[in-house]
Amino acid sequence: MHELSIAHSLAELAIEEAGSLGMRRVRALYVKLGMLAGVVKEALHFSFDVVIQGTPLEGAELIIEDVPVVVYCSRCQEERTLPEPLPMRCPVCGTRTAEVLHGREMELYALEGEEGDTDDAPDRRDQAERSQEERPFG
Amino acid sequence: MMPRIVEIRQNVLKKNDLLARELRERFREAGVFVVNLVSSPGTGKTTLLREMLLRLGERYRVAALVGDLATENDAQRLRESGAQVRQITTGTVCHLEAEMIGRALEGWNLEELDFLFIENVGNLVCPASYDLGENQRAVLFSVTEGEDKPLKYPTIVNSADVAIVTKIDLAEPVGFQRDRFYEALHEARPGLPVFEVSVRTGEGMSAWLAHVEAGRQALRERVAWT
Repeated sequence: MHELSIAHSLAELAIEEAGSLGMRRVRALYVKLGMLAGVVKEALHFSFDVVIQGTPLEGAELIIEDVPVVVYCSRCQEERTLPEPLPMRCPVCGTRTAEVLHGREMELYALEGEEGDTDDAPDRRDQAERSQEERPFG
Repeated sequence: MMPRIVEIRQNVLKKNDLLARELRERFREAGVFVVNLVSSPGTGKTTLLREMLLRLGERYRVAALVGDLATENDAQRLRESGAQVRQITTGTVCHLEAEMIGRALEGWNLEELDFLFIENVGNLVCPASYDLGENQRAVLFSVTEGEDKPLKYPTIVNSADVAIVTKIDLAEPVGFQRDRFYEALHEARPGLPVFEVSVRTGEGMSAWLAHVEAGRQALRERVAWT
């Protein structure tokens, strides 16, 4: 169960990015999660809600987009999307392929929030940094 | 106040990846070849690693880092080989991270090493996501674990560079079905090289060690070219 560690890294990254954008109140985090990333979505949602308590992200929504596994088939010479992460075979011709093009991602794709007054931003940033230091590592 | 969506496009584990990249660069400069061993608890990582340290230690300068939630026991077992060994106790964390490796290496002169082995926490899920700066990730399965295990843990298999089947001397008594195992493994990672070993009988050890040595040699040649 490493989703707690991942949720922590995600929150840290989002706070940092929101701070440098001068974004007030983050409403949502958009995350792309590959089917081969080895992360359980439900566990990540649960961990995220725990991790953001008492941080500037409190109340933010986590929106996860599943990214299917895309491989390159050397026989068809085409990119192919796998219906399931296994088996690692071209769904059209059945040839095995180890060339994974997508499906390992774990990416903070976008942040949704309110734009703040620029004067307000430095304070927000300090608060974000303070809360990061205080948070225990999970 | 206008709500807006801003594109970020950053890897969630960016910090770990950056640290891993720095580590990989340090290893490259020092000429040390690094192997990360991952498996379930009980597959025989420590037993295999002890034997590797003993055998490679005759001709090379070898060292190991070993991760566990608690105890120094594995480090003590590995030190019997005469190699430099450091234990990393993670507390409640179920995997090693690049930052832990960086900290554990403090005070070590990497220039004085030829091989560094990292024994990860026994776990086939979480270590998959964390790059430690290694040159090679070896995933271990024992013949007692069931032939379809690679299909149950496709992420780790897919991120591995080599697979090792341990306790191969027990293959017959436990009825290990080799074909089924290879089929499962290659459905998860086509073309993954496999070595079958037994520390008890010594079977397959020299082939596996030759593979590790060849990996180091290939890396050194690449470094020499750049």
